[in-house]
Amino acid sequence: MSSSTYVQLVDLAKYFGKVKALDGLSLDIAQGELVALLGPSGCGKTTALRALAGLQELDRGQLMVDGKDVTFQSASKRGMGMVFQAYSLFPHMTARENVEYGLKLRTHKTSSQKRKERSAELLDLVGLSTHANHYPHQLSGGQQQRIALARALAISPKVLLLDEPLSALDAKVRTQLREEIRRIQMELGTTTLFVTHDQEEALSIADRVGVMRNGQLEQIASPSELYDRPKTSFVAEFVGLTNPISGKVSGGSIEILGSVVKTLPGSVTSGTGIALVRPESVDVVASKSGNATVAAASFLGASCRLNITLNDGTKITAQLPSSDASGIGAGATVSVSLLDMPVFVKAAG
Amino acid sequence: MKQGIGVKIWRWSIIAVVGLYLLVPLYAMFDFSTKPYGFENAGRSLRAWKVIGSQESLLEAVTRSLITAAIVMAVILFLVVPTAIWVQLKLPLLRRPFELLCLIPLAIPAIVIVVGIAPLYRWISINVSESPITLAGVYSMLILPYTYRSLSAALDSVDIHTLAEAATTLGAGISRVIFGIIMPTIKTGIINGSFIAIALVLGEFTISNILNFKTFQVVIAQIGRTDGQVAVAVSVASLLFVLVLLLLIPNKKRQGAVLDVDVA
Repeated sequence: MSSSTYVQLVDLAKYFGKVKALDGLSLDIAQGELVALLGPSGCGKTTALRALAGLQELDRGQLMVDGKDVTFQSASKRGMGMVFQAYSLFPHMTARENVEYGLKLRTHKTSSQKRKERSAELLDLVGLSTHANHYPHQLSGGQQQRIALARALAISPKVLLLDEPLSALDAKVRTQLREEIRRIQMELGTTTLFVTHDQEEALSIADRVGVMRNGQLEQIASPSELYDRPKTSFVAEFVGLTNPISGKVSGGSIEILGSVVKTLPGSVTSGTGIALVRPESVDVVASKSGNATVAAASFLGASCRLNITLNDGTKITAQLPSSDASGIGAGATVSVSLLDMPVFVKAAG
Repeated sequence: MKQGIGVKIWRWSIIAVVGLYLLVPLYAMFDFSTKPYGFENAGRSLRAWKVIGSQESLLEAVTRSLITAAIVMAVILFLVVPTAIWVQLKLPLLRRPFELLCLIPLAIPAIVIVVGIAPLYRWISINVSESPITLAGVYSMLILPYTYRSLSAALDSVDIHTLAEAATTLGAGISRVIFGIIMPTIKTGIINGSFIAIALVLGEFTISNILNFKTFQVVIAQIGRTDGQVAVAVSVASLLFVLVLLLLIPNKKRQGAVLDVDVA
């Protein structure tokens, strides 16, 4: 355990019949860090979060928070602030009463004046001080989740747990709110575990992202490292888009599309392998003597995505800055090469 | 437009027919209760209504029945509702059996229940109390089908699991979750169920009569044997009383509850 480790999940296991929701998950979170757990549905990310909250019993494992073993502590005594996927505000209480609820239970000595001040402060933090006396049914989904966030933060939680809090919201509100969550989290320095199936969400706000599969952690790393240097083919394929292109591997390199590029650790080391190439690593230049044809071009604003068919019939996707893509439209003949970026290579077949 | 008017007429005629169906018997009862009594008074009078106040046995019976209803209410609030919530939250596997158990009183005729329960009440009369208030026990069982249905519908319409978990992470224990969070959330369902239960308790006759307890309905029947007009006047009064109780379930709040559920 490193000195800065604040939350430790050690070898967690939870089985639902034959389904392994958690199968030896270990994870360390530093104080003030925001870690996102990302993975397809059923990978165990929510089970891990609920176990840390005390809402899910474990079959095996240990949970440490701030140096104390909380594995068998009841959820009501753990001091975790949680925001749920479903709207969870108490419908018979106003926004302010919701925010004050945890304070009322926790600190009997806190005067109602202090509670009021604290709730006002938090409502202000989430930008809803004007809605203090509104009932949940008078608030939009985004506003409800903001209040839920304020309610979870009001008790100054040891760890803030976010269980897909944005998934019920529409795209615009989701982007706004995730940025706000990050701002507030950094402002307060609250250690946070964020569970999501949306990779864009995870990559954009987390300090580190853990990709989960079948109850285990496949890889945990900073967003850029996860994207650029995946350790397994599952991570490479789950995070971002990839083009599977087969080639010959030898001596830590693979030959594809006429270029030789380095392979990432964990890749196949010899024989034929399938390189998982990011669309940004594909370089496209308009050329009449080129080796490929553009099947379709989509303008995405700052960048442009091209669906390209190589002369041998292989279909790949390339993404390049819009300025470089000017003049390349559907039907254009282009020459395709690879930028010198290491790729992950998985076994063929 | 023409069709619109046709539909309107059709709707109003249905309402009128239903209204008549409900009101004519009430009017007939009122009419009967004010008919000339005996030979000395020739005209209509409110004699039967005035007599109600002087019937001591009747007032006692009303008080007893109201106390019984209050006890049944307490049983609903402190036993049935928390149990239903507990089962829903912690023992989902027991939901079906619990529902079945609650519906049993509906399937068994009151007369059969009396036969089964008579020895128990004989024992209670000898060893505990002879008061008709002890009927609260059997009534608490009789009301289960109605109360439970209404509770279960209310519980199904709200995500009580998430609410309970949210309250738990904020530091609430299970009793706080049940009484402080879930019960206020399903308030309308509880009120609906309770009013139906009260109406049932105040209107029950078979069991109390056979067990020989002098409850409200039993006393009305007894008065009816000596003075039919008073008995009918009391019946109309009690019907109106229950009607007022049922109308007390606020319409606006009910709509509010539905709105809450929709948004949530």
